[in-house]
Amino acid sequence: MTGETTGGRLVPARLGPSDVLRTGMAGLRTRPARVILSALGIAIGIATMIAVLGVSASSREELLRRLDRLGTNLLTVSPGRTLFGEQAKLPEEALRMVRRIGPVRTASATGVVDTTIRRTNHIPEAVTGGIAVQAATSGLLATLEGRVTAGTWLNAATETRPAVVLGARAAERLGVTRTGVRVWMGERWFTVVGILGPMPLAPEIERSALVGFPAAADYLGFDGHPTTIYERSAEESVEAVRAVLPRTVNPENPEEVTVSRPSDALAARAAAASAFTGLLLGLGAVALLVGGVGVANTMVISVLERRREIGLRRSLGATRGQVRLQFLTESLLLSALGGLAGTVLGGLATIAYALARGWPPVVPPWAFAGAAGAALVIGTIAGLYPAMRAARLPPTAALSAT
Amino acid sequence: MNRPPNELTRTGGPYVVELREVTRTYGGVRALRGVDLLVERGELVAVAGPSGSGKSTMLHLIGTLDRPTTGTVRIAGHDVPGLSDRELSALRARHLGFVFQQFHLAPGVAALDNVADGLLYTGVPPRARREKAAAALERVGLGHRLGHRPHQLSGGEQQRVAVARAVAGDPPLLLADEPTGNLDSAAGTEVLAVLRDLHASGTTILVITHDAEIAAWCPRQVRVRDGRIAGDDGPGTGRRPPGPVPATTKGAAR
Repeated sequence: MTGETTGGRLVPARLGPSDVLRTGMAGLRTRPARVILSALGIAIGIATMIAVLGVSASSREELLRRLDRLGTNLLTVSPGRTLFGEQAKLPEEALRMVRRIGPVRTASATGVVDTTIRRTNHIPEAVTGGIAVQAATSGLLATLEGRVTAGTWLNAATETRPAVVLGARAAERLGVTRTGVRVWMGERWFTVVGILGPMPLAPEIERSALVGFPAAADYLGFDGHPTTIYERSAEESVEAVRAVLPRTVNPENPEEVTVSRPSDALAARAAAASAFTGLLLGLGAVALLVGGVGVANTMVISVLERRREIGLRRSLGATRGQVRLQFLTESLLLSALGGLAGTVLGGLATIAYALARGWPPVVPPWAFAGAAGAALVIGTIAGLYPAMRAARLPPTAALSAT
Repeated sequence: MNRPPNELTRTGGPYVVELREVTRTYGGVRALRGVDLLVERGELVAVAGPSGSGKSTMLHLIGTLDRPTTGTVRIAGHDVPGLSDRELSALRARHLGFVFQQFHLAPGVAALDNVADGLLYTGVPPRARREKAAAALERVGLGHRLGHRPHQLSGGEQQRVAVARAVAGDPPLLLADEPTGNLDSAAGTEVLAVLRDLHASGTTILVITHDAEIAAWCPRQVRVRDGRIAGDDGPGTGRRPPGPVPATTKGAAR
């Protein structure tokens, strides 16, 4: 017979991989309902984790795509603090200087005006609704690549008149939905000529009421110093422009100038996994753990029920190791089945959720690898104890059980 | 033994089963109290005795499923107490075939695969396993039932499948534990006829039974009582052909 050496020593035959797989499936084939139920636990755990990772990756992908559309070439310049800790001011000619920088394509400025905007003069002055009044150059809308949802943007005529354009949030807070309405600013009425759409890269504009520079100076006592300069250059020269901006804007005190890139904030948000994702992931891990306990439980019962089969296999010549391997394989197959079903379910859930929110559905590839790994680890751990028990059964005890 | 054990089994050396002064104690219960038994190649031996006489313990020891408390157990020339669990497994895979009272067939699995799976641990490649299985089923007269599942077979046929599984690998020793215990007399007769044919073709067979009629049918009888051998026709007597198969076995008496 094969496997026996010439010296008469007894060496058990090795099982091929396909035979190991066959023995592992022997127990599953005869109890399909139990297989489905115990694999379900693993499936739910894996599905939860895949869906959580998928949904958060999809939302991040959506953010990055939006960032791509908005462009990352917008820089803002604002005054910092003087050496003595006072609020610095940008020089009046700052905007003109910025426009002179070679790669700069477009630049505009806003300047905070010290006044309030109210729906009528009957509303107390303290109730500002968090809306800032700002002077804006007529090129601002183009620089920010924004658009108006109603009316028009400031032009050469309206920027000298008591006319105001409201940011999206500002209009909402004032309850203004159409143009032509009058609002109370400073000590006189202004006419709303336009309402802006959302500005993802300049949320402060969304909360502003904008008037022209000349009008702000004439009617509201604006001092002409810009407080924010928005500038767009060619994508590849953003860093170079950023380097020269402080010196250009304020040659005497370049350290009093702060330059920032609004898209960086969005990118940072995209990179940060929210705490909520971590929490849900933990929930998925708990579900997976419970699923693993379910598999272990099923396997223990299976070993108890199959004492006769184990005894038969031992009498046919199975070693303890081969019995152990059989039950470990069975447990691994169970959890692999659950893992596979869970991956499919989690993927489908991600696709459904992402499509419903208009996001691109994305599941990171490492999530699949992680799911496979988790299923295998759970299967091994869940199967270890039952497999040891099966292997430890004395062959006679297994045979006498009826 | 000075000769290599392998040669013994190959050449049909003197004893397939060799028990000398064997005792087996479970807790405080002495199941075997000094048993000597020698079985030569080609014998058909009945180990008979009432329930609790120790014959099941003897089966476990001869089948290497258990180890003696004291004494010598040598199966196919291998000294059982000196072997590891792995070596015992290999011994069972190659030298022993078991037939149980409850056939122990895998439900929902075709007869051919049930028999082929009996060779799983012998190192025979899958294709050869199926060929040997088909041949073994042919030998027990079930060549026309290869694809039948256990529930489609009668009790006698199921036990014959179990016999085919036990002999598919041509083991030197076949152990049958109450092979007709769960069968009606007609089915029992059919299984005994198969054992007779296997014996005629040279297989060594040990039948453990409490049925006096079956014991009487075997050419050599070993009677066990209270953990001791109460009577033995002696080594070698089991080589004679058995008598006619008893027409009415009361196998299901238990």
